[in-house]
Amino acid sequence: MVARAVTSSTFDIELPLLLEALYRKYHYDFRGYALASLKRRLGQALRRFECRTLSQLQDRVLHEPALFPVLLDFLTVQVSDMFRDPGYFRALREQVIPLLRTYPSLKVWVAGCSTGEEVYSLAILLQEEGVLERSIIYATDINASALERAQAGIYDAARMGGFTENHRKSGARTSLSDYYTAAYGKAVFDKALKTNVVFADHSLSTDSAFSEVQLISCRNVLIYFDRELQDRVLGLFRDSLCRKGFLGLGAKESLRFSAHAFAFSEFAAEERIFRKEAS
Amino acid sequence: MSTLASLVRDIDAVVIGASAGGVEVMSVLLAKLPALCRLSFMVVMHIPRARPSLLPKVFSARCLLPIREAEDKEPVQPGTVYFAPPDYHLLIDRGPALALSDDDPVHFSRPSIDVLFESAADIYRERLMGIVLTGANRDGATGLATIARAGGRTIVQDPSSAAASYLPKAALQEGPVDAVLSLQELQELFSSLGGRVGRLVE
Repeated sequence: MVARAVTSSTFDIELPLLLEALYRKYHYDFRGYALASLKRRLGQALRRFECRTLSQLQDRVLHEPALFPVLLDFLTVQVSDMFRDPGYFRALREQVIPLLRTYPSLKVWVAGCSTGEEVYSLAILLQEEGVLERSIIYATDINASALERAQAGIYDAARMGGFTENHRKSGARTSLSDYYTAAYGKAVFDKALKTNVVFADHSLSTDSAFSEVQLISCRNVLIYFDRELQDRVLGLFRDSLCRKGFLGLGAKESLRFSAHAFAFSEFAAEERIFRKEAS
Repeated sequence: MSTLASLVRDIDAVVIGASAGGVEVMSVLLAKLPALCRLSFMVVMHIPRARPSLLPKVFSARCLLPIREAEDKEPVQPGTVYFAPPDYHLLIDRGPALALSDDDPVHFSRPSIDVLFESAADIYRERLMGIVLTGANRDGATGLATIARAGGRTIVQDPSSAAASYLPKAALQEGPVDAVLSLQELQELFSSLGGRVGRLVE
């Protein structure tokens, strides 16, 4: 069913109509999302909602508002791992934090934090480097239910083995198990980690800069945006970063094809950490 | 069965999927590509996740065309071979351009052959050739059938010549296939992918 939907050109007619409908009714803007992934996810949503066409799905989501949050999960939720790509966190620890340490207070923005794995990873890293106390982490996403899960900080205990290994490879100074309590197959992260975390609803598609920060971590989010939206977001990041602030992207994301490539220089190229040019 | 010449006529791109035993086959086949080939190649191979992506390096020495790891938003160039990076799906988006995603694995695989094939079929339609090689997992079978439905050419490695026959067999069961080729015939096919018959060299 997915395949049939994806290869029919009627689908291509219905798709922008659905996105326009979602925008007008719920003010969520997916019109700048990269089409290939979006189509795939909508194909899965069709199956889940047992709709034959996007027009049927549009009908239902317009008239049954309770359906929208479920559809939103299909369109936005990203499951990440704690300390995914340990080399990235090691570079933050060894190269970025020593430079940020000189600020009296630190502001970090995790843009598109989804269910929060990266937020806790960064909080633990900042704690280990002795700067969490004077840091604020803004954790933003457009999906309210993902934000709630992020705020809860509860993950499957079965995932802790992999997370622990990643953490260790990031140059850990402590053990990951110091930060969570395992019970009933769940790992509950220490509340102290989120004392300085602000979880907030923020849309990279439609909202603007809200604070000046020294580090933005936005990993595997831009790959879901088309080039135009990607440029908007990178402009937003440029405006939000302090002079010579840092931007961390996903392992396979680059600024190469962006209009804002000139606004940043490579800092740790292999780990996709960029630095805002002084200008 | 179609002749090789008719199989390769009027295509712009070739998508290839392989898992178990794929490295050996791919290195033989990529070595056969003519230097003047103007087609674009996108390849998904299942490899252990944690390992850094060595595939482009491994194959570059044997192939006359440039081999690159796919980057997100990169416009697809003719005469180039792109490999999906480890732990990301590779898709084809409008442009055509390459796109990456870290959506859930499909058939326990990320990158997934199905994801590449289905998205490529959507963009290239009948101007696409899909090739399924050796593999021990059914990822790729559904994608190949999607290419066939979109009017593209579909080729499966003869299961008896494949190191792992599960994937080729699954692909043969799933949908119409234009040609079942032995490793020898696949080599002839790759040698014939000169691009002279394609639209891009008009």
